[in-house]
Amino acid sequence: MRAAARFAAWVYAIAVYGFIFLPVVVLVLFSLQATSFPIPPFTGPSLRWYQAVLSDTRLTSALVNSLLVAVLSSLASVTLGFLSAWGFSRFVLPGSAFLRGLITLPLTVSYLIIGMGLLVLFNWAGVPKSLLAAGIGHVVINLPLCFAIIYSQMGDHQINIERAARDLGAAEWKVLLMITVPVMAPAIFAGFFLSMTFSWDEFVISFLLTRFETTLPVEIWNLLRSGLNPKTNAVGSLVFAVSIVLVVFFELTLLRRKPA
Amino acid sequence: MSAPLVDIRNVSHRFGQLPVLKNVSLAIEPGSYTILLGPSGSGKTTLLSILGGFVTPSEGKVFIRGADCTAVPPAKRPTTTVFQDYALFPHMSVGSNIGFGLRMQGVDGATRAAKAREALALVGLASAFDKKPHQLSGGQRQRVALARALVIEPAVLLLDEPLGALDLKLRRQMQDELKAIQKRVGTAFVHVTHDQEEAMALADHCVVMNDGRIEDEGPPERVYARPATRFSATFMGESTILAGTVTEAKDGIVTASTAVGPISLPGASPAGAKIVLAVRPEHLVLGEAKGDVALGTAKVDDVVFQGSFKRVLATSALDAALQFIAKTPASTTVQAGDTTAVSCNAQDIILLAD
Repeated sequence: MRAAARFAAWVYAIAVYGFIFLPVVVLVLFSLQATSFPIPPFTGPSLRWYQAVLSDTRLTSALVNSLLVAVLSSLASVTLGFLSAWGFSRFVLPGSAFLRGLITLPLTVSYLIIGMGLLVLFNWAGVPKSLLAAGIGHVVINLPLCFAIIYSQMGDHQINIERAARDLGAAEWKVLLMITVPVMAPAIFAGFFLSMTFSWDEFVISFLLTRFETTLPVEIWNLLRSGLNPKTNAVGSLVFAVSIVLVVFFELTLLRRKPA
Repeated sequence: MSAPLVDIRNVSHRFGQLPVLKNVSLAIEPGSYTILLGPSGSGKTTLLSILGGFVTPSEGKVFIRGADCTAVPPAKRPTTTVFQDYALFPHMSVGSNIGFGLRMQGVDGATRAAKAREALALVGLASAFDKKPHQLSGGQRQRVALARALVIEPAVLLLDEPLGALDLKLRRQMQDELKAIQKRVGTAFVHVTHDQEEAMALADHCVVMNDGRIEDEGPPERVYARPATRFSATFMGESTILAGTVTEAKDGIVTASTAVGPISLPGASPAGAKIVLAVRPEHLVLGEAKGDVALGTAKVDDVVFQGSFKRVLATSALDAALQFIAKTPASTTVQAGDTTAVSCNAQDIILLAD
């Protein structure tokens, strides 16, 4: 009986992980296809489609755009998120709980709604569709995330550390830069890398808010309209690889926190 | 006498509707070691926070070196605080922690390092300069916090239950060191604690607080021997408490009726006054009456051997609500269940208004 139960557990585990990872495995596998169609039988391995991606200037410039939008929007998100978390945890505000709820609310709203809202707003305000507009959209979705991560890590212990700095003569901006930011560094980096991950493969908002210059997910979508080929697999695998790196950084910074 | 270093005048403070300090006035002399002693909720920590500038009192004023500091922020007043949790900067080395205050004053790096090393040597941690706070033990962090606060030469050093997080042995050891360091640097220390032994060992000036008020203040010897109130008689050391009413008062001798009969002692309370008599444990005599005031007989509830003495708890045969706390020599043969006579000497009885 026990052997049967163990066997069933293994089968179940393989089925679950297969269900989650098989699409990615297939995507990566056929990005290494040597022939022109990403369908069995597997003819590789070959790096020719990666070469094709890297020599396609539309794709490479979209990749650079994506990185630029991800880095800059994440910097903005983490800065604003940090400042709001600090404000909420250090000062008594009227309606603090309500305002905290409000700031994290965009986490529950779909990207489509946020994108459409921004499209209407930018249209009305005369802001043209651009990478900047998409970047602002990414700040809207990532600021609440950064706020939630950083706010959750701001404990009472840091309050006394900040007090000690003030007591020793530090002006408020010095307390923030020399004490709070370094002490909160793990949460700040975690917020930054998670924002990068979300911005990096975000499609809907970028699709709605960019026109000529666009980000990689939108460019991949353009590519897919002309049908599947191993080149789309190769660029998808690249996107996936970057996401993995970012998530690993996120996990490392958040989980490897030293006890104070 | 010169003006006090710190002058707290009629300070009251409320947290919302809750009054935590009620019209407190206190003077702190230069070079003194002041202990604020009281149970939790007595307002002692709030008073320290007001001194440090972390709390602005609802009413009253605080003068430091003659200047009105009531609303001056912590960064700009000549006080530094050693926090209960030490509040060391975890991302900086011990040397940078200690140099932080000097850095904020714009002192150059070389001078900072030299002064930080000097301060570390003062607290006996010279070798820890390059370590990080998490590599140190609790007692060592305590010393670093002390050095960090002392290095900028404050007028007053504030210590918020500095020994609370240490184990008993280390606490007694740090206690001796704190006193020695204070004598060496000559800075006025104000130290908050709920530990009466700590208070007696350290204080030049002991301030007993309860319920937002100062119950008693003075040299610890005086506060122990002649407490001003019933609270201070039971909080700073233990006492047996006898309630009574004055029946006669003349020629400096007061006679009071109590649960164990009339007791005469030197004093000046008017006839009819409700009073409380307090007797320290070491002044109670058990067995055949040797003291000049008989306190009746009592049934022994518990005997606790404490090494150099025995602590005896006994209930009066005349009044079940009256409990005697006595300290007897270790050689005493008294046991739980025994009935024994209790007495004391009139001059050892502390007369307090109820």
